[in-house]
Amino acid sequence: MSGAVATLRRLQQQPWIWSFIGAVAVWLATIGFTGGQGAGEIVTAALSFACFTVIVGTGQMLVITTGPGNVDLSNPATITLCGTVAMKVMDEQDSMLLIGIVAALGAGALVGALNYGLIRFLRIPPIIATLSMSFLVQSTAIAYNRGLRIKPPPLLDAFTTGDSFGIPWLAVLTVLFSAAVAIMVGRSYYGRAISAIGQNSRAAWLANVPVERFRFYTYLASALLSAVCGILLSGFSGGPALDMGAEYLLGSIAVVVIGGTSVAGGRASVPGIWGAAMFMFLLTTMLNTFGASAGIRLIMTGLIIVAIIAAAGGDEQR
Amino acid sequence: VTAVLNRALLRRSLPAITLAILMVAIFAKQPMTMSYFGLTLMLQYAVPIALATLAQMFVIAVNDLDLSIGTFVSLTTAIIGLYLPDAPLMGCALLVLCIAAYAGIGALIHLRRVPSIVVTLGMSFVWSGIAVIILPTPGGKAPVWLHGLMNLKVPGIPFPIIAAVVIAIVVQLALMHSSYGVVLRGSGGNPKAVARAGWSLLKTKMVMFGLAGFFGVLSGLSLIGLTGAADAHIAERYTLYSIAGVILGGGEFVGGRVSPIGAVLGAITLASAAFLLGFLQVRPDWQIGAQGAILIGVLALRAAISRSGLR
Repeated sequence: MSGAVATLRRLQQQPWIWSFIGAVAVWLATIGFTGGQGAGEIVTAALSFACFTVIVGTGQMLVITTGPGNVDLSNPATITLCGTVAMKVMDEQDSMLLIGIVAALGAGALVGALNYGLIRFLRIPPIIATLSMSFLVQSTAIAYNRGLRIKPPPLLDAFTTGDSFGIPWLAVLTVLFSAAVAIMVGRSYYGRAISAIGQNSRAAWLANVPVERFRFYTYLASALLSAVCGILLSGFSGGPALDMGAEYLLGSIAVVVIGGTSVAGGRASVPGIWGAAMFMFLLTTMLNTFGASAGIRLIMTGLIIVAIIAAAGGDEQR
Repeated sequence: VTAVLNRALLRRSLPAITLAILMVAIFAKQPMTMSYFGLTLMLQYAVPIALATLAQMFVIAVNDLDLSIGTFVSLTTAIIGLYLPDAPLMGCALLVLCIAAYAGIGALIHLRRVPSIVVTLGMSFVWSGIAVIILPTPGGKAPVWLHGLMNLKVPGIPFPIIAAVVIAIVVQLALMHSSYGVVLRGSGGNPKAVARAGWSLLKTKMVMFGLAGFFGVLSGLSLIGLTGAADAHIAERYTLYSIAGVILGGGEFVGGRVSPIGAVLGAITLASAAFLLGFLQVRPDWQIGAQGAILIGVLALRAAISRSGLR
């Protein structure tokens, strides 16, 4: 009981609450403009689209939490590759669903392991390692995909697009997933260890934390979550596309940072990812509703991200 | 001692060796390229890439990373193509404003202690948005003098080679062999020491980001001088090229360790690698992947050289 109270208190100290306030404000502005029309539909759509950002963002959050300089730029390519692998193996048949998922997760695990291998054994900075790897992965995806758009099997299609009372099934599962990750980050040895590594990796190493093993798990988890996103996104959008991962390069980093995770590492915030992902989607919806052109949407998205980062400021611990 | 010297020398000449091997391979595969015309054609687009790479180098020297340089160069080509031929004053004013904005981003990153990758990623949307608004469809035109300059025919030596050598030497002298250059690099290598010596870190950050903006504008000028027209998305690939070029050229992410000559060599390597892949009939699908592989290969080699020094 006291543990639950402590957890609640610890959560209250997190700055993630702002991302939810932002999301609600943007939603109110949108339905204010439409006179209340489509208020529910907008929330349903936001919940659906936020799921994908949340899944990739969670992996990115774990990586960023392990310390300064750690970031995974291979997410977009991994999403594309794994989405393509899954759909090709499934070949529109429900019977191949599981095998397709296993194949896509295998491809994701391989990317994660290679990312970590470059960082650890060739001592390449994570930004360059994951970037170089993303070139290779993207090429593999292009060569493998051949520009075809393969439909998802009916079961996957139904699952990813299904909802009850306006709440997408995917959102329910993703919320449960987020809750599990939040507990893991806050209470498990792994979660506490990656925060310790992010705050001071040498101190963590001296305290007998298996630093390298946990960094490996973290890059692996990030790539696997990109794979999951790739599979679900392919189901949701009617098949994989070569640019399907592109928006998650900025998206995954932005939701982590807007959500209150420290960019200097050492402090993760899981609920903030949800608030930030909803905020980002609702922001685009609002600008669309206001009739903003593509250029204005780009400028506003960029400026708001920069403004939020600037307002939050750097890490006060350092 | 000689072994250590040799290793340091080997490490420093790695960018040149990489480029030399690449050139030999290209000449062997396609002897036609070993001519005045062939070299001009092959290397002309290395000039804007080299300038963008130097822009990235200034940012990396102060321990930051610019993920917006590609969209920024695209925006400058749009401004140049739209305003410079007919309204040169307006065009110049806008370009100066762009450079000032870059210095402002440097100030923001320093004052709020925010990560450069997030700020510049956000700014890449802003640059792209402005470019799309002012130039929705490809258009505009290069000023006549600029087009003439970029297509200059100097007898004997192809113009891109002259341009690359001049750019590399000027930046090398200014950044590596001037006293303020040492301060600028020092603010990336040991910021505390530089601050204690009485230099403003805010100012060095703004100068380095301003220089990045300036070289971004130069990259845009040389690019539109070659293409003759502007496009809001023309240089988006330069972000990745420029980071890869700096690293290929021997630069490191932390500690102010960069090399202008290396960066120019790295940029030329990347620009001509595409030709070799084409001559080897590598499918276009694998071109980006091959560049990733080259990058990893060079870094692996460098790690091997450094590690052999530890024993």
